[in-house]
Amino acid sequence: MTIQLKLNEVETYIGQFHILQGISLEVRKGEVTVLLGRNGAGKTTTLRTIMGLNPSTKGTITFNNEEIQSLPTYSVAQKGIGYVPEDQGIFSELTVEENLKVAMKNESDSTKERLNYILNLFPDLKKFWKKPGGLLSGGQKQMLSIARAYVNDNELLLIDEPSKGLAPIVVEKVMESIIEMKDTTTIVLVEQNFMMASTIGDHFYIIDDGQTVQNGPMEVLKEDDEMRRKYLGIA
Amino acid sequence: MDVFFNLTLNGLATGMLIFLLAAGLTLIFGLMDVLNFAHGGLFAWGAYSGTWLYATTGSFIIGILGAVVTGLILGLITERVIIKPVYGNHVQQILITLGLMLVLSELLKVVWGPNQLSATAPDFLKGSFEVGGVIIIKYRLFIIAVGLLVFFAVQYVLKNTKIGLVVRAGVMNKEMVQALGINIKKVFMLVFMVGSGMAALSGVLLGPYSGVIHAEMGMEFAILAFIVVVIGGMGSFPGSILAAILVGLSGSFMAYYVPDLALAANMLLMAIVLIFRPQGLFGWKG
Repeated sequence: MTIQLKLNEVETYIGQFHILQGISLEVRKGEVTVLLGRNGAGKTTTLRTIMGLNPSTKGTITFNNEEIQSLPTYSVAQKGIGYVPEDQGIFSELTVEENLKVAMKNESDSTKERLNYILNLFPDLKKFWKKPGGLLSGGQKQMLSIARAYVNDNELLLIDEPSKGLAPIVVEKVMESIIEMKDTTTIVLVEQNFMMASTIGDHFYIIDDGQTVQNGPMEVLKEDDEMRRKYLGIA
Repeated sequence: MDVFFNLTLNGLATGMLIFLLAAGLTLIFGLMDVLNFAHGGLFAWGAYSGTWLYATTGSFIIGILGAVVTGLILGLITERVIIKPVYGNHVQQILITLGLMLVLSELLKVVWGPNQLSATAPDFLKGSFEVGGVIIIKYRLFIIAVGLLVFFAVQYVLKNTKIGLVVRAGVMNKEMVQALGINIKKVFMLVFMVGSGMAALSGVLLGPYSGVIHAEMGMEFAILAFIVVVIGGMGSFPGSILAAILVGLSGSFMAYYVPDLALAANMLLMAIVLIFRPQGLFGWKG
């Protein structure tokens, strides 16, 4: 299977802190790759480094066989990488409609088709179309954030903890939507909720102290109690 | 009643001039997080270049357009050469833009001499007319009309165009705008130029209003503009017009009734707003 995204010994500093100390991973086209690890392990920084928001100081990041580690964030996004940040990044004073319009690279038929698709996937967004993003519930904000990343024809989505702070019923809805999206888009998912991660994920990487320490098919992790206990603190 | 109406009209006209100056400042601060103390210098350059062009060509319209173009060009140069290297560093921004403010003021003296210049309105805007027993000075009405026109035009762009959406989104979350594939630095440059153009427009309109222009006028008005930005809410365009009108009216009435407290009243107004709404009247609470 084609490798769409590859990180090779990537290191990143935030200020004086050496956060990523050697991240290597491969993301296969059409799969959901889940990044797991304890709080502060470097999962979010890995996504931010791919996007160029926290630029790497060493190593290479390759997307569709092109090195992107030196590119500014907007160029990385233009290559076809959508980003759903941990805090959702909603523009609070813009309406749902405006949040999506800012994201849309064009108003072509295919973009409109994707918009219709996403509004059917998240009917709440249609319902609150003219409502400011800041007034949405946590779950609706998450849906809007995912919709914004998906509305363009992105080849890869980086989704950071979509279940964080959401009620179980909303988590289920978000999970269903990601499962539906994985048919058309490659996804890198950071997720603390192991139930969700193991349901959606095809492949996993465990990050510990800024390094990738384990990886494999999700089935392996599901069956390995010891690995889960050691790196994730769950049985 | 006549006094009240005239003070109101005077306050509104002053408010519009301050609005034109402050609107650019608030967008520049809100979007780019840049403290631009040179903004007053661009305002003064607008006043001088516009007044000179009007005197040279005899066309007030050419004077206004020339001032705006001067503001746009100086804004472009300032952003590319002076501001760009100090993005993200407020201390350096304050130092370098204060320095630029002084340089711009001194350069005015080099080009047009150290004495103040007189500025007059064109014939069609001179004088006054009477409505219901109240005398209305034409030029003040003209300033108010231009201010409102600019407000609605910019508001239309901000609300109804993609670039406007990007600017509003950028004020809230620059990082996310970039993550959506938008080159925010190009937007920074455009906003800086437009803000500078508006400052220059304010400067050229001030000339006939006050009768004279001088090289230090930039700093005087920049202080009022900063007060307006704080009261209206940093980054809020609608906030800047409301705050500018408040400051203009308060200045006009205080100057008539308690002249010694005219500037102090604005400071007091700012302090009261900051106590009850630290983010300003329309400021976005990040």
